[in-house]
Amino acid sequence: MNLPESFRIALRALAANKARSLLTMLGVIIGVAAVILLVGIGTGVQDEVTGSLEGLGSNLLFVVPGQYEGGMGGGGAPPGRRFTLDDAETIARRVEGASAVVPVLQAGATIKAGNRSMRVVVAAGNEQGTEVFTSDLAGGRHYRRGEVQAASRVVALGDRVARELFPNQDPLGKQVTLNGQRFTVIGYYKSLGGGLGGDQDSQVYIPITTAQRLFNLNYVSTIVVKAADADEIEVVRRDIRRALLPSFGDEFTVFSQEQTLGILSDLLGTLTYMLAGIAGISLLVGGIGIMNIMLVSVSERTREIGIRKAVGARTYDILSQFVIEAVALSVLGGVFGIVLGWGGAELIAQTTPVPTNVTPWAVAMSFLFAFAVGVFFGVYPAWKASQLDPIVALRYE
Amino acid sequence: MGDTGLARVVLETRDVSKCYYLDGVEVNALRSVDLEIRQGEMVAIMGPSGSGKSTLMHIVGLLDRPSSGEVILEGQDVSSLAPNELASLRNRHIGFVFQAFNLLSRTSALANVELPLVYGGVGGSERSRRAREALERVGLANRLGHFPSQLSGGQQQRVAIARALVNDPSIVLADEPTGNLDSRSGIEVMAVLQELNEQGITVVLVTHDDRVARHAERAVHMFDGRVSEDGPVADRIMAADEMALLPPEGATG
Repeated sequence: MNLPESFRIALRALAANKARSLLTMLGVIIGVAAVILLVGIGTGVQDEVTGSLEGLGSNLLFVVPGQYEGGMGGGGAPPGRRFTLDDAETIARRVEGASAVVPVLQAGATIKAGNRSMRVVVAAGNEQGTEVFTSDLAGGRHYRRGEVQAASRVVALGDRVARELFPNQDPLGKQVTLNGQRFTVIGYYKSLGGGLGGDQDSQVYIPITTAQRLFNLNYVSTIVVKAADADEIEVVRRDIRRALLPSFGDEFTVFSQEQTLGILSDLLGTLTYMLAGIAGISLLVGGIGIMNIMLVSVSERTREIGIRKAVGARTYDILSQFVIEAVALSVLGGVFGIVLGWGGAELIAQTTPVPTNVTPWAVAMSFLFAFAVGVFFGVYPAWKASQLDPIVALRYE
Repeated sequence: MGDTGLARVVLETRDVSKCYYLDGVEVNALRSVDLEIRQGEMVAIMGPSGSGKSTLMHIVGLLDRPSSGEVILEGQDVSSLAPNELASLRNRHIGFVFQAFNLLSRTSALANVELPLVYGGVGGSERSRRAREALERVGLANRLGHFPSQLSGGQQQRVAIARALVNDPSIVLADEPTGNLDSRSGIEVMAVLQELNEQGITVVLVTHDDRVARHAERAVHMFDGRVSEDGPVADRIMAADEMALLPPEGATG
């Protein structure tokens, strides 16, 4: 007997028990849909985070105080000494390949305009900040060099902040207060989109000098350095080390964009695998359901097996018939699961801020896994069926 | 085809014994059975339950292997073949008719008859042509698409006979073929078997019923695992004559 023949017999048997076949498939359907959905969410989040970081440009270096080894291990010693604006200037002066050096400080604050107020993250830099951060002005301007030097109270608003404080109004030239101090709005930005990147829409941007006064700090958290030429980034990194060595020794770390991305990617990748693993367990449970039903089916159809053997079915014929039945259940369940998971992922992407990305890789993996589950859990019942003695099977009531 | 003396031997058992253990007790189901079945014969294997006739049928039908002795099918010793080889031989040489019909439910008459051809590797149009022919031979040409549940017992048994015929087997082995049928259907089925035998098909009938056995030309009596008697049937019953004596169909309930 050939394979198409086995397929026809198997599909006919499944069609004869539609309700049971469907319920058995449900385990696999849910499992595969869960794998696709969860991996889709994981990948979507990963893409969005790395994508928004990539928007910063690939020729950036992040200088932070303290020692960090490679990854995210707990080995990071607390910074002994923080950077100041002077350190940023040292780098700007002594590193030739740097086209922009931006000291950065971030802190939370309350912004008020009239009777409206909200919590925002204040992001502060210098006039070169526009060179290292993606920003698209919707109106107005960035703060200028003179305003940084003078520590002027000027602020540019993220999209969400502008809309919350000044609904249906032009915020330019309006007065706001940050932690009680008065600022003039000089610009506002276009939305950077929803999802996790939406954070940037809730930020406000002020000069670093102003921020130090506002929060009464004398340090900066990070110094961002942009290399004039992306190919020279290692030279720039070496020069930064050389510039800071006299005052900091080894007590600082220079991350490149790639390293930062790598760390985040690793973390989110691990998370995605974990989600896939959890969903995979439900797929495994679905497989056990298939085995259970196949065992029931074999004992129910003992007489049928006896008849088939009497008229000439060999061990292989019976084995393949039942394995194909189990695989057909799991593969059909897999296909339905893919449709369901993919549809669900699209729905989530459309209706919630959670980004999803169903990759061909995830689809192929979950399909293959479903197939393997069918084979694995189908073989034992099929083997049992194929070993039946035709005499005993024919007598079976 | 009554001239059994000259026809060639289709199947032969030589000194066949079968012993098995049932709940730890040794059962000698067959003791040194010698039997020859010739081309074109209609043989009844008779005996009360426990006589070993079922065991003999399993061995003749290649469903089981003897503990000792030889089974020769078409000149080939098949007594020590593996189960899969026996399955292939059953497919080509043996057609089974069972007491309980043993058709696949939810499967059309045509598909049931095609089953041995499926496992015999016959495909496509030839398969359905041969299945149709077999159903025509048992008078069911107009029931091809019916499911077993839509057929009477007699019709189901005739589908089973068509299934047994479809591979042009060396032997059609009928195990109590009338056991689950009313007397009219039983006579019809016996008529079909006799008619096929007239056409040259070797039929082995296994039964405990003396009246059924008398439809054969030769009766082999089994007792206590041995052949106790083997000879021609003296007053053979022809099912066609019985049919003529039956009241017309419809008059009976």
